Amino acid sequence: MKPNSDIIPHKKYLISRKIDAFFLEIYDVSKFIGLFFKEAFSSPFEWKEIINQCYNVGYKSLPLISLTGFIIGIVFTKQSRPSLSTFGASSWLPSLISIAIIRALAPLVTSLIAAGKVGSNIGAELGSMKVTEQIDAMEVSATNPFKFLVVTRVIATTFMIPVLTLYSGLVGMLGSYINIHQNEQTSFAAFVKNAFSTISFLDINSSIFKAVCYGFTIGVAGCYQGYNAQNGTQGVGKAANAAVVVSMFLIFVEEMIIVQFVNAIR
Amino acid sequence: MLKKQTNIETNEPVISIKDLKKSFGTLTVLNGVDIEILNGENLAVLGRSGSGKSVLIKIISGLLKPDSGIVKVFGQEVDKISPKELQELRSKIGFSFQNSALYDSMTVRENLAFPLTRNKRELSRNEVNHAIEEVLNEVGLSKTINQMPSELSGGQRKRIGIARTLILKPEIMLYDEPTSGLDPITSIEINNLITKVQKQFNTSAIIITHDLTCAKNTANRVAILMEGKFLTTGSFKEVFSSKEENIRTFYDYNFINDDENIQK
Repeated sequence: MKPNSDIIPHKKYLISRKIDAFFLEIYDVSKFIGLFFKEAFSSPFEWKEIINQCYNVGYKSLPLISLTGFIIGIVFTKQSRPSLSTFGASSWLPSLISIAIIRALAPLVTSLIAAGKVGSNIGAELGSMKVTEQIDAMEVSATNPFKFLVVTRVIATTFMIPVLTLYSGLVGMLGSYINIHQNEQTSFAAFVKNAFSTISFLDINSSIFKAVCYGFTIGVAGCYQGYNAQNGTQGVGKAANAAVVVSMFLIFVEEMIIVQFVNAIR
Repeated sequence: MLKKQTNIETNEPVISIKDLKKSFGTLTVLNGVDIEILNGENLAVLGRSGSGKSVLIKIISGLLKPDSGIVKVFGQEVDKISPKELQELRSKIGFSFQNSALYDSMTVRENLAFPLTRNKRELSRNEVNHAIEEVLNEVGLSKTINQMPSELSGGQRKRIGIARTLILKPEIMLYDEPTSGLDPITSIEINNLITKVQKQFNTSAIIITHDLTCAKNTANRVAILMEGKFLTTGSFKEVFSSKEENIRTFYDYNFINDDENIQK
């Protein structure tokens, strides 16, 4: 599947070369996503590879997600304490931290870290397979490389980023509890009661919904860039880089849209 | 060395190409290619780097689309058939890539099992294992079954690449530079393997090469691709007894059976 945006230099431009290429790129990505849904819901299914990719995306990201989630919990608690203490409201810390972590930090930070770790990995892996003709080899051996390589990875990121988000939220809350317990001698039961009294199902559901969108974005961006990599090793580097940059940019755009939408229905 | 098969079964072409044209931007690579490959025949396509040899077999296997012309494989127009028909057609075509294109995240066993399990889902695990062992024996590399591609030598990778195509029992083989980057002894082994495949699996083949020894030892017919067209076709002897300057230059640079050059 060669992107149409690459063919453009030899045609007459409708507006200008860059604008035409931009719209053709959007068309190519839309086609890529359309093909994903077509292949994802048609048999045969690559169950074994989906589980393998879930393991790669989920389990192998656990150490990094654990560390960053824990540090965010501690740092955010430490940074918020002085402001609340000024008003004598340091007892509100668990509520504030839980709202911040569940509503925004957990999905956003987890997805940004996954975009860097998983997105670049997918972009580089598929890019390298593309330039060394491994994808062509799959195609000519009468197998479906798109189903085996793209569908499995996009499904894995779409399912595992929400799981990592929930996990990262819990670890962040744990970090926050340790810091609050040290400073305010708050019991675990009181922390949990205070923290979860302000969290609604809408907060948790919107957080999971965001993580699903971000996971899908990371998977599609990584696979699209890698699957269409060109020009040897330089192309592999570009694919890995573009996978991260594009998915991070889209995650922020989606965050803004989803927050508007969730606030409107809150 | 295995004796070269010369008994081409019928005169029915398995691949038929008429007035094939292909350009990349302003660069015309193929400019009116006409050729037929007969059942059971090995055709070596010779030409300089960038002359469009690899593009030709990529079009035959449906990896690239032609700009114009007709490319028929087993009577089916490759660029006109549905994706499903193309997939069925590809199960009859084996493609050996220049750099072998082994899946580097999989072991040799998994590389060989990959096309088989996806094309013949009804096979049991024992049948798949048996097929893998059989094809590895054919290429003489049964001991590498659990190795990763990165642990194999260039020649071994080529042979595993050929084994991966043979496991589907193809009727047509497309070899892209099968001896490039190999030492002379390994090249001879690969040439022998190509001849063995033709004989044992009764395949037709297009062998893309600029190695005249490979062409001489493996092909029933030789064609020279130059400036987007076939300059000449015929047996090795017929083609290289030509006085045509372009062909002579090609021949002289390879020093095949050229005692005078060797003595110099």
